[in-house]
Amino acid sequence: MEAVLSILVGLFFTAGIYLMLSKAIVRILLGVVVFGNAVNLLIFTAGRIMREVPPVMSLDMTQLTGDTANPLPQALILTAIVISFSFFSFLLVLTFRTYQEVGTDDTVKLRVAEPEGKILPPMGY
Amino acid sequence: MNQGTEAALLIALGFPFVGALLAPLVMLRFPRGGPWLLALAPTFAFITFAAQIGTVSSGNALVGGLPWIPSLDVGLSWYIDGLALAFALLVSGIGILIVLYAGGYLKGHPHHSRFMSFLLLFMGAMQGLVVADGFLTLFVFWELTSITSFLLIGFDHQREASRRAALQALVVTGMGGLALLAGLVTIGMATTTDTLSGLLANPDVLRSSALYVPALILILLAAFTKSAQFPFHFWLPNAMEAPTPVSAYLHSATMVKAGVYLLMRLNPVMGDTVLWETILPLFGGATLLVGSVLALRQSDLKLMLAYTTIGSLGLLVMLTGFGTETAVLGAVLYLIAHALFKGTLFMVVGILDHETGTRRIEDLRGLRSAMPLTFVAALGAGLSMAGIPLFTGFLAKETIYEALLAGGDAWSLLVLIVIILGNAAMAAVGLAVGLTPFTGSLRPTPQAPHEGPVLLWLGPVTLATFGLALALLSSAFYGAFADPMASAVAGLAVENHASPFPHVSLAFGLSLLTLAIGVAFYLGLQGMRRSIGGVLTAFGWGPDRGFDQVMRGLVTLSVRVTGVVQSGRLDVYITVAFVVVAAALWMPMLLTGELPVLPSIPQLLLHEWAVLLVAVVGLYAVVRTRNRLTAIVSLGIQGFAVALLFLLMGAPDLSFTQFMVETLSVVILALVMTRIRLEPTDHRPWNEKLLDGSIAILCGLGFGLLLLKVTQGTFDAALSAFFSANARIIAHGRNVVNVIIVDFRGFDTLGEIAVVTITGLAILAIIRIGTPQAKQEDRT
Amino acid sequence: MRTLIFRAIAPYLTALMLLFSIFVTLRGHNEPGGGFIGGLLAASAFALYGIAFGVPEARRAMWFHPISVAGTGLLLSAISGLPSFFRGTPYLTGIWTTAPVFHFDVATIILFDLGVYLVVAGAFASIALALEDNGER
Repeated sequence: MEAVLSILVGLFFTAGIYLMLSKAIVRILLGVVVFGNAVNLLIFTAGRIMREVPPVMSLDMTQLTGDTANPLPQALILTAIVISFSFFSFLLVLTFRTYQEVGTDDTVKLRVAEPEGKILPPMGY
Repeated sequence: MNQGTEAALLIALGFPFVGALLAPLVMLRFPRGGPWLLALAPTFAFITFAAQIGTVSSGNALVGGLPWIPSLDVGLSWYIDGLALAFALLVSGIGILIVLYAGGYLKGHPHHSRFMSFLLLFMGAMQGLVVADGFLTLFVFWELTSITSFLLIGFDHQREASRRAALQALVVTGMGGLALLAGLVTIGMATTTDTLSGLLANPDVLRSSALYVPALILILLAAFTKSAQFPFHFWLPNAMEAPTPVSAYLHSATMVKAGVYLLMRLNPVMGDTVLWETILPLFGGATLLVGSVLALRQSDLKLMLAYTTIGSLGLLVMLTGFGTETAVLGAVLYLIAHALFKGTLFMVVGILDHETGTRRIEDLRGLRSAMPLTFVAALGAGLSMAGIPLFTGFLAKETIYEALLAGGDAWSLLVLIVIILGNAAMAAVGLAVGLTPFTGSLRPTPQAPHEGPVLLWLGPVTLATFGLALALLSSAFYGAFADPMASAVAGLAVENHASPFPHVSLAFGLSLLTLAIGVAFYLGLQGMRRSIGGVLTAFGWGPDRGFDQVMRGLVTLSVRVTGVVQSGRLDVYITVAFVVVAAALWMPMLLTGELPVLPSIPQLLLHEWAVLLVAVVGLYAVVRTRNRLTAIVSLGIQGFAVALLFLLMGAPDLSFTQFMVETLSVVILALVMTRIRLEPTDHRPWNEKLLDGSIAILCGLGFGLLLLKVTQGTFDAALSAFFSANARIIAHGRNVVNVIIVDFRGFDTLGEIAVVTITGLAILAIIRIGTPQAKQEDRT
Repeated sequence: MRTLIFRAIAPYLTALMLLFSIFVTLRGHNEPGGGFIGGLLAASAFALYGIAFGVPEARRAMWFHPISVAGTGLLLSAISGLPSFFRGTPYLTGIWTTAPVFHFDVATIILFDLGVYLVVAGAFASIALALEDNGER
């Protein structure tokens, strides 16, 4: 099971990174989402896989015993999903506003903050 | 040491810092009495230190302090022996007079209170520096004096010359500070001690260590930069951009002597070697000659004094390195005498500048009747500088000549000749500053000359009086002050015996000779100025211009480096980042040969294969998509597939969250993408596609293999087991995942929801900023 | 998107989702669920309402500005950690007591989770509504 998921994780990473290497910001954004899923799956798989038994106790248990899924990676990933979503929304809005202001989503043409050509700082004191 | 003394010393050391903090308030509330109030800080310190003279002069050292980081054995600790006490008395004593002087000098200046604050801050740092015991304490205060010096030189920050001088001083002394840190660490490694007291207790360990030479070089670099030794002397004359109280205090009497202090402090443990006794006289001698020659070239009184200060520092370094006990005695006497006469002369020049509007030697004549008190102070200090009998300067010179005459070899003779020439030049300058402006017939000056207020003349008159009184009461002065200091420097008990009165000896003869040459220099000053100036103009280049070239080179270099590293292209940054990621993934696996073993075909249920297939199809569609709608939908597909996977693997919480997030993502993505004309298609040429594809595949494969390797290893479930065992018992929850989030790792979650809130705020701001609607609101 | 059917069911759907989101949040400690999931559900509910009736209507229905809801949640979560000081335990240590009458558990942790719920609901509703709003004009 872990082996199959490892391959899947590799595919997620490949797709995500390929998209992020693009020069179009929208594709980079798509890449970020895929990349986030890849990382979550990576952590999930590294915590070992257990089918269909959630780490929830029944009413009469005082301790979680027996074979259940590993709760720790789940707790980490749950917050990670929410944080990635905030990050994604932020990037999306940034892209949206950039496009409105500059009129392009080509990263090569986005040179407002760092214009091309050498600009020497003042040489005095 | 009793509790009272320790508390008093702590207050004495801390008072200037408190004073610095309160100075703006005090000066605002009491514009007239402010300086007098602020002078309480150094006065208290001076009295406290003076009360220790009895203990210290009988050969004891005061040790004490406060813990700071006890676990690292770091603290604010002091070690007060004769050397430290003499310096502390000079710093606090001259400090009193300088605070008062500055109170008068900068009266009415819009930033007067800021200046007083900096001045007290420096005073606290300097006091800390000279009494520090721990290496770290020493280093911290050393750096603090550099920083306060920077602030004071750059006080008049609206002039470029000021800013340049401040930066120059900071760069040069800051470089020395780094060398000091490295040197102290090296000494610590060589001797396994981190306090000066510990170092002085075992004087021979360092000299015999293999690390002696590196430690020596680093310490010398620190001392030479701080004390403006050739070839680092150039920052000191530029530092004269600072207001005159600063020049009198930092750049002649105290801070520039920190380097000499360091050498004197370490003389018992580093001295007495061939290297020490060669390098120090060599550099000191060069500095003395350079300083003297350049001093004669100036016509600005302040610059003349500045260059002779360089010369005097060279003389001190020379004598510290000469190696005999009498030379140390001479150095100590000279150091004290110099602080007294040079401090006075700087303040005198300040008064002249303040009250007549010029400090050019050609413009100032015949001021004796207009400024009688200033004239008395100037004359006293000038004669002391010239080494006339009855003044402390004479005591110092006598002792120095005796020490060199005792040597008897060619090396001593060479040193002697250099010192005679240097002293003669300084005598000429002493007479030029002490006599010339006051004698002859009055010349017109920018302002009508008149005596300065009491705040101005009090300092120089007091210091000049001390210059005379200490010599006349020489036996008390030696016993209380000079002998303990010299003993600490020499590392064994030594005694002074020079007399302030003329007598018949070879040393006195040399004194007369020096004076004769000095008077000759004084009379020929104008001609010498012209000829030295001519030589320097012909030479053209100097370390001062070199500094400019180095700074310009640094800027140019950093522009070049930035141009390469920060190309400003996002795609380049991302490419570099992922190439590094790929390397980081592959190199450990390949270098250690720890590739995972080939797994067997797993037994998966049909619906599990189906979900995996959906995920892969979704991924493929995202990468290959050619229109917006497909992009959004296929992004949703791969996300929902992940959610299903979570559901199948016993993670219902994750699954629900992922479902909700994917839904919201699709919604907002649709909202944005339908509004802007963005095509999700790729316009990369094939070669870029190949490069990007290779990087992506390398990374993906690397992550896959890494994960495979991880899952093939043994699993340590200790943490998960803890949470599983305690979720219900400690945290009363049956859903372990939720218990971890809200209880065990609650603080993390608090941070995370803070991030979410801030993201929400930021997004609102970005959406509103610059829109016509927001602009309109901003205008109204 | 403003079809008649959609607009007809949207209020009920929103109300149902909000109710369900609170339920999911409260039961989260013992069954699958919790503040994050509940908050996302609530945010979706408001987004839905906004799409159906327009952003001004959705804002009116929410009473408070969504970002201030998020801020309140953050404050609530942060405050829920303070009572542990009185017990001398580290910040955010959960404190549990059983209510004397109905015998159900009362805990600072519930407050914390409610804070999480409000933050997620408020922040994401704010983002969704802001994006919808910007497009309308």
